[in-house]
Formats: sequence, structure tokens, C-alpha cells
Amino acid sequence: MKLLVPVKRVLDYNVKPRVRADGTGVDLAGSKMSMNPFDEIAVEEAVRLRERGVATEIVVVSIGVQQCQETLRTALAMGADRAILVLTEAAPEPLAVAKLLRALVLREGPRLVVLGKQAIDDDMNATGQMLAGLLGWAQATFASRVEVAAEADGGTATVTREVDGGLETIAVALPAIVTVDLRLNEPRYASLPNIMKARKKPMETLSLGDLGVDVTPRLTTLRVSEPPVRKGGVTVGSVAELVSKLRSEARVI
Amino acid sequence: MSERVREVMEYDVVVVGGGPAGLSASIRLKQVSPGASVCLVEKGSEIGAHILSGAVIEPRALDELIPDWRERGAPLDTAATDDRMIYLTAKRAVRVPLLDTVMPHMGNHGNFIVSLGDVCRWLAGQAEALGVEIYPGFGAAELLEEDGRIVGVATGDMGVTRSGEPGPGYAPGMELRAAYTLFAEGCRGSLSKRVMARFGLRAGVDPQTYGLGVKELWEVPAAQHRPGLVQHTFGWPLDHRTYGGSWMYHFGENLVSYGFVVGLDYPNTWLSPFDEMQRLKLHPAIRPHLEGGRRISYGARALSEGGLQSIPRLTFPGGALIGDAAGFLNVPKIKGTHAAMKSGMLAAEAVAEALADGRPAEPASFTARVRASWLWQELRGVRNIRPAFAKYGTIVGAAYSGLDAMLLRGRAPWTLRHRHPDHAVLDSAAASTPIDYPKPDGRLTFDKSSSVFLSNTNHAEDQPVHLVLRDPARWRAVNWDRFRSPESRYCPAGVYEVVGADGVGEAVGADAVSGPRLQINAQNCVHCKTCDIKDPTENIDWAAPEGGGGPNYIGGM
Ligand SMILES: Cc1cc2nc3c(=O)[nH]c(=O)nc-3n(C[C@H](O)[C@H](O)[C@H](O)COP(=O)(O)OP(=O)(O)OC[C@H]3O[C@@H](n4cnc5c(N)ncnc54)[C@H](O)[C@@H]3O)c2cc1C
Ligand code: SF4
Repeated sequence: MKLLVPVKRVLDYNVKPRVRADGTGVDLAGSKMSMNPFDEIAVEEAVRLRERGVATEIVVVSIGVQQCQETLRTALAMGADRAILVLTEAAPEPLAVAKLLRALVLREGPRLVVLGKQAIDDDMNATGQMLAGLLGWAQATFASRVEVAAEADGGTATVTREVDGGLETIAVALPAIVTVDLRLNEPRYASLPNIMKARKKPMETLSLGDLGVDVTPRLTTLRVSEPPVRKGGVTVGSVAELVSKLRSEARVI
Repeated sequence: MSERVREVMEYDVVVVGGGPAGLSASIRLKQVSPGASVCLVEKGSEIGAHILSGAVIEPRALDELIPDWRERGAPLDTAATDDRMIYLTAKRAVRVPLLDTVMPHMGNHGNFIVSLGDVCRWLAGQAEALGVEIYPGFGAAELLEEDGRIVGVATGDMGVTRSGEPGPGYAPGMELRAAYTLFAEGCRGSLSKRVMARFGLRAGVDPQTYGLGVKELWEVPAAQHRPGLVQHTFGWPLDHRTYGGSWMYHFGENLVSYGFVVGLDYPNTWLSPFDEMQRLKLHPAIRPHLEGGRRISYGARALSEGGLQSIPRLTFPGGALIGDAAGFLNVPKIKGTHAAMKSGMLAAEAVAEALADGRPAEPASFTARVRASWLWQELRGVRNIRPAFAKYGTIVGAAYSGLDAMLLRGRAPWTLRHRHPDHAVLDSAAASTPIDYPKPDGRLTFDKSSSVFLSNTNHAEDQPVHLVLRDPARWRAVNWDRFRSPESRYCPAGVYEVVGADGVGEAVGADAVSGPRLQINAQNCVHCKTCDIKDPTENIDWAAPEGGGGPNYIGGM
């Protein structure tokens, strides 16, 4: 069974985002970029499924600029078999990404697509769901545990989901979409020997035209601003003072 | 998963460190010997992540390495056009007149203001296009030696827990073997230090001396941005026994690089380079440049200040030292980029020759190539300036340097020596005058923790501490009792914290009764190497932490 895992190149989680002075977006020039952490978890899960003998091939795909090749190489070093870069200077919105992924699913024929539940840059949390809708496949989102029983041309994925107030376990018929949550696994390091070997794994580059998808934006960004600066705390001298401040200044009691 | 067997890769040349020296060496090697296999490892999470510099650079070496760098889009976009050297007193600023005559070594005509990190990112692209294999995120942690020859390095293990055991994600390090290994770790390299000790490379040369540079990157309102402006100050807030001064470069899109260098032979144990940098911003020579802007990055790094007298033997069986790891830096100019690049290029040429010539133990022609180059001439010309400051203090030192430059053109028949390593120069707390630094205002001046936050520093939490006291008991007897913990002041990242003394911090458990104790917040370390240099008894050992850890300096830094 083949797996498809999309990975996104985002501003590294260690780097504090800085909004451009003109409010049009976050300044990324020269800043460290890396794989969206949720996508690392998706790659790790795919590799574990192959290690358990459930999957036979893992194809990773990234949509974006040439440097997304680095992100793909990391996925290959973690254990994916093959990579596809869909090259574009545009930053496609979730719906366009979902359409591109649908085209790739039709081309590659995976029976399971494993995605991060969201990307840490725009926090959209939409691509997996939209892809399921476009394909008419079952979906299991926010996975914290995944079991797959594949059969010749069917099978099920049993997925434990993190929902408000607890865990929910559902079974979905394959082919299916799974989006993964933080606690699913602890992704492995891309070790140096594996990074070296990954240089020899196949990487294919496609254009938007190859997939016949229109990525014209449908959303308009009006303004990007930084969160308001938090005011410094104060030290209170006594419980009585605390209570009075909570009452008169914070107005929470 | 956790077998400790290390995989091995063989190369012709392994380069340790992806700064200007290592990258230039790799590029030159591929230019003169395209068939050679070259592997470069860098401890930062990416090339440029750990590069901290001013930087006004001289394009001389780059012109030689990649003559068409302009067409290839090298990020040298702001020419240095307005050059000022200012002497400060607490309230006043006196501009040194006729700078080009009085201090020709300080002139900046034809130079460029850059982000050295961005330049390195660009150089890395050039190197990769030539076939150099570059692996960021992996620090070289160990020397490999066979039959008295360095045969490569090993990267550190990943996923080792704090107690030193392999954790769930354990991945053993890898052996990178090579005919020649070039150490391009920059100032105070952790393996360079071991190589120098192993082969006695410092015998007969002066001790290396150092400075610490603490830097902020600001974005300022367009109306107050003067692209091309290069300003240096000396004098206040340092006293005459302390070498140092500030730089301020306006470049790029409304960016200002501001920072302060302090010679690490400073005697006053109460001095804090970080706070000197902060308080200087309140001076009228600096304030109007930054006020109204926002600070977008912060970092710190040591640099070598010994100059020619302190350059060690450059080659040893199996390799060579290049760049600031060897101390190639024009000290009065605080310019090392062109020197690092040139030394890397010359080493590459020597290595290419050795590879083609039966692979003798040492790429020996490197030394002769250096001595025959403009680099050597340049460093010879300025060799007495820094030691003159150490010997005579700021005023006479500056006068000497003007005299040396104008009358002697650096050809003085004498060479002033560096007598003491920096760690040996520190007065006791009792003999030093305490310094009262102003409290940060949060707009123009800041504290350490909000600063480190902007360096995007991170280290995987569960790993062995990479800063070790060789003899923990000595801290109390020497560092505390005698010097009142200088490390808690010179460390620009707040890594060293005294707890349990005079109600500072709080001691836990058994320590509650045992008085002051040193807490090491190693995860904050920005890899400046100062503690490895300045600890009074050289009791602190800086070792490379797990690869990818440390600062993540942003573009423009
Ligand atoms: C504050 C300051 C201001 C300066 N201003 C200027 C200026 O205006 N103009 C100028 O020309 N020069 C300036 N310099 C000097 C210049 O930055 C240095 O001379 C130059 O960067 C040296 O280059 P390098 O390649 O030798 O070392 P570095 O630039 O220090 O690079 C060394 C690289 O090796 C990596 N490394 C170290 N150890 C290991 C290891 N064990 N394994 C893997 N990787 C490792 C480091 O992470 C780093 O990326 C300044 C320096 C400082 C500190
Ligand atoms: S711990 Fe040492 S190397 Fe790290 S930032 Fe502090 S002084 Fe520099």
C-alpha cells in the first residue's frame, strides 16, 4: 500500500515571527525555515506504518519554492522513499493545495494520505478536510493513535482522535485521509548518514501546469499585525491587595 | 535502534565550520581540483544561523574567489560611503578629523556593509553548486587520529539524555574521514583548541587575546536611516584601561547594526560587556540613530585580537587551521572576513597541491603561501596597534596607532608583545570599582533575557550540559570568593546565574544552607565562547552541544 505525505516548509518554530513594517505579512528573508512540526509527525507515522509492514512505499510532496527541496530531503532522510516538488512562487491557499493534492492522489494512487492537522504558520487546519471532501474519501482528523488494517483493495484505519474532553476512537474505510496531532509520536532525527543517503533518493519536480490546477487566491489579506505587547506583571504585597486589584483593576471578581 | 556503531564516510577533505573561512576554502578547492570530494559540517541549524559579525567587509578576497560576484547576486548591497570615528566622553563626542590620514587602517572606501550571515548563506549556495556537500545541524565533536595524523572528525551523538544515556531518539554520531581536515570553527574553536594542544601549535607564539562583541540589529524609521554610514566610537563608557568601542552601520532596508566590542583583557571584574553596550545607547552619539526604531535581533560572539604575534603554526599532520580559528583578523579594523576568506583559499590551494602530490602528512605549502600573500603584509602592518592599547591605555594607544600608521606605516622595527592570556587579567572584586549600570527602559535599553529571546536560541532540552566546570569546587573559592562571579556579568546570554547569595535567586534543598551556588542555564548559550576564554582559572570548558542547537540568527543579522 502506498502512502502520500504532504509536507510544508514554514518558518522554524524557534524563530520569532516578525511582521513587516508595512503590515503585509511576516518577514521571512534569510530566516531559518523547516518542516512544519505536525508534518514531521505525519512522516514519522508513515515510516512506522512501513516498518510495521502496513505500507510499502511513502511518497512525500511539497508545494512551494525551490528550497522546499530541503524540506523534502529531510522527509527522505527520515525514511520516505520518493519526493515530489510542485514548484510555485505563489503561496497557495488551502483549497488550492487540496486541489493540487487531489491531482497527485489521482496520479500516484495512494490509499492513505497522512497530513499534519495544520501548519504552524497560518494555522488554517483545513487542507486535510478539503482534500477528503474533494476526493469523497473518509477522514479522521487530530489523530493521536493510528492502526491500519490494509486488505487487497480495502481495509480500515482505526484512529483515536483528540477531542474536547477526551479521546474518541473511530474506524474509517480506506482509502482515507488522516490528519495527525501532536501526541501521536515523537519524530526521529534525520541522522547524518540518512541525510547523505537521502541525496540519492529520487526527487521529481512538477509545475502547476503539469497538474492543471488554478491557484489564483480567493482570499485577501487585509492586514497582518503583531499581538499586543503584554503588560509587565506587578508584585502585590498581600492577599488583601491582590483581591482588591482583581476586583477594581482587573474586574474579574 | 540504539547500537553505538558509527557509520563512516570517506572524503578527500572535511571542513569543520561553515563561516567565511570554511566556505571559501571549499569553493576554492572545487575550483582548483573539481574532482576532490569535499564535505563541510556546521553546528548551526543552517548556514548563517551562528554567524555574528558587524559587518563592514573588504571585498578583496571575494574579488579573487568569485570575480563575478555582482552578477551572481552576492548580498553586498550597501557601499560604505560615510566614515566616522568618534571619541566619546560621558557627555560629548569628538570626531577624529582627517580619518583617512590619521588612521588609514580604519578607512572604509570601497567596502560594503553586509549581514555576514546572509553572505555565508550565499557562499554556501555557490559551494553547493560546485559539488561541496554541506551538512548544517551537525557539530564536529571529536578528533579522529591514527598514527599521529588527524584523519577526520566525528559528529556528536544525537538524542543522548542529560544523564549521558542514549534516549529514545538516539542516533550515533558519524565518522567523517579525510586525507585533510580544515578547521574553520572561528574564534576559539572547540576542536581547534584540542588540535593546537595535541600538536603544540602555539609553541613560541604569543597567547591569543580576544574581544567580545555584543550586537543588536535595529529596524529604524526610513527618515532617520542613512544607508552607507559607518560610525565607530571609542572612549566612554570604558575607562582607559579597557580596550573597546562601538560600531554602528546603516545598511539594507532601514536596518542598523549596532554593537560593542570589549577587549577580554579588561581588569574590572564588575564590568559587564552587555550593560556597557546598553548604556552607550543613551549617549547622544548613538541615541538619535535608534530611537523610534525597533530592535529585531540580538547576539554575541568573541573575536581574536592577538593579530600576527598570536597566529599559531598553521598546519599539522592531517590538516590546517584557517580563518579566525587560527586568529586571522585585522585587529584595529575589527575586520576578519576578508582574512578568513583569504586564509581559507590559500589553505585550499595548498591542500589541492598535497592531494595531487602523494598526500603527504601536512599541506605544508599553506604557511609559505600565507607569508607570501597580501594578508600577511596587511597583518604585519597593524601588528603593534592593539598591544599598544593594552600597554599604554586608550589615549596614548590611539596616539601611538596614529603615529605608527602615519610615520612608520606599520613598518616599525619592533613588535609589541601580548604578555598575558585574557583569563589571567582580572582584578579581585575588592580591588575593582563597582559599576552602576542604569536600569533598562524596555524601549532603547534592555535586559539580558528579552535580548536572548531575540536570538532565537534553542537547545534540545534533554541533553548533557555542554558547559562544564572542570573542578566544581573551585567556583566557590575562586570565582565567588575572589571575583564575585564575573561569568554572571560577562556572559551575554545570562547562562551563569548565582543563586543563594544575599537573597539573589533562591536555593533549593540542601543548598539552602550552603550559600551561593552557580546555576548554569546552558540552553540559553549563544555560543560566543567568552566563558571558555575569560574564566580566571580556565575552569569552564565549552564543548559543542547537540547539532542544530544554539542561536538561530535571522537574515540581516
Ligand atoms: C562582533 C564582531 C564584529 C565583527 N565585525 C567585522 C566587520 O565589521 N568586518 C569584518 O570583516 N569582520 C568582522 N568581524 C570578524 C569576522 O566576523 C570574523 O573574522 C569571521 O567571521 C571569521 O570567519 P570564520 O569562518 O573563521 O569563523 P566564523 O565566522 O566564526 O564561522 C565559524 C563557523 O563554524 C561553526 N563551527 C564552530 N565550531 C564548529 C564545530 N565544532 N562543528 C561544526 N561547526 C562549527 C560556527 O557555528 C560558525 O558557523 C567581526 C567579528 C565579531 C565577533
Ligand atoms: S555560556 Fe559561555 S559561550 Fe555561552 S553565551 Fe555565555 S559566555 Fe558565551
